[in-house]
Amino acid sequence: MIGLTHYLAVSAALFVMGVFGIFLNRRNIIIILMALELILLSVNINLVAFSAFLHQVHGQIFAMFVLTVAAGEAAIGLAILVIYFRNRGTVAVDQADVMKG
Amino acid sequence: MTATFAFYLFAITLLTGGLMVVTSKNPVHSVLWLIVCFFNAAGLFILLGAEFLAMLLVIVYVGAVAVLFLFVVMMLDIDFRALQRGALKNLPLGLAVSGVILAEVLLVASGWQPGTGVVMNDALAGPPAGMTNTQWIGSQLYTRYVFVFSMAGLLLLAAMIGAIVLTHRRRVGTKKQNISVQNARTPASAVGVGKAPVGQGVEL
Repeated sequence: MIGLTHYLAVSAALFVMGVFGIFLNRRNIIIILMALELILLSVNINLVAFSAFLHQVHGQIFAMFVLTVAAGEAAIGLAILVIYFRNRGTVAVDQADVMKG
Repeated sequence: MTATFAFYLFAITLLTGGLMVVTSKNPVHSVLWLIVCFFNAAGLFILLGAEFLAMLLVIVYVGAVAVLFLFVVMMLDIDFRALQRGALKNLPLGLAVSGVILAEVLLVASGWQPGTGVVMNDALAGPPAGMTNTQWIGSQLYTRYVFVFSMAGLLLLAAMIGAIVLTHRRRVGTKKQNISVQNARTPASAVGVGKAPVGQGVEL
């Protein structure tokens, strides 16, 4: 019998993988953005699992809003990445603190 | 029995996909593994009875976000080899931080009890009788959450404008048709009649 705990475990594992991915690929912003998507996906799994086991619909509605934010974040993040690449010719973000065009 | 099997299938594939996203050498493979993750998360949503969100996940994430990632990865000429140099140096710190976070989450989850008056059900239940999952979501989304819904639309508009403003550039040196100038042109300004004396020609 699959209970709430199983879903929460999957969600927690996915969240930790996302955090791990951010640390592992500190220079490659594309992978960082994908790891962020993984983290938001794990949050969504959490919300939907609670929604299902509480017999309430609100969790699913919030998951939809998280989805909206994730889509917007991906669009803006990739746009920033494109102009960063245009200016620098690389996507290595570990030197991005140098505020010179 | 089938549901248990399906859960473990989706969960294990999801976690494998997640690990491959962050450890793949080639970012194109990362994006493809991300798509695998989204499909399996959609499968988990279906098991939880959230069909609408599962379809939304496939359409929005696989159809839009993942394709956007794929476009950027494939269209920019990025030297990924150079980016990977020294990635293993970050491995101990990454393992440490993610281990600490995992331990914290497990601690919280093991000690968690629902608050008073909150009933956690053992079994899943679908929407109320006579409603589909989509109707159920809609009945709340367009009534109780209508302002939040409008704000979400506004957020997407802002994201769209932001992305266009950031990436739009006016190229110099390209020849474009300027229709208003073209339409405003009259014969008086464009055509002239002059005499060409023999042996001298005309100056234009």
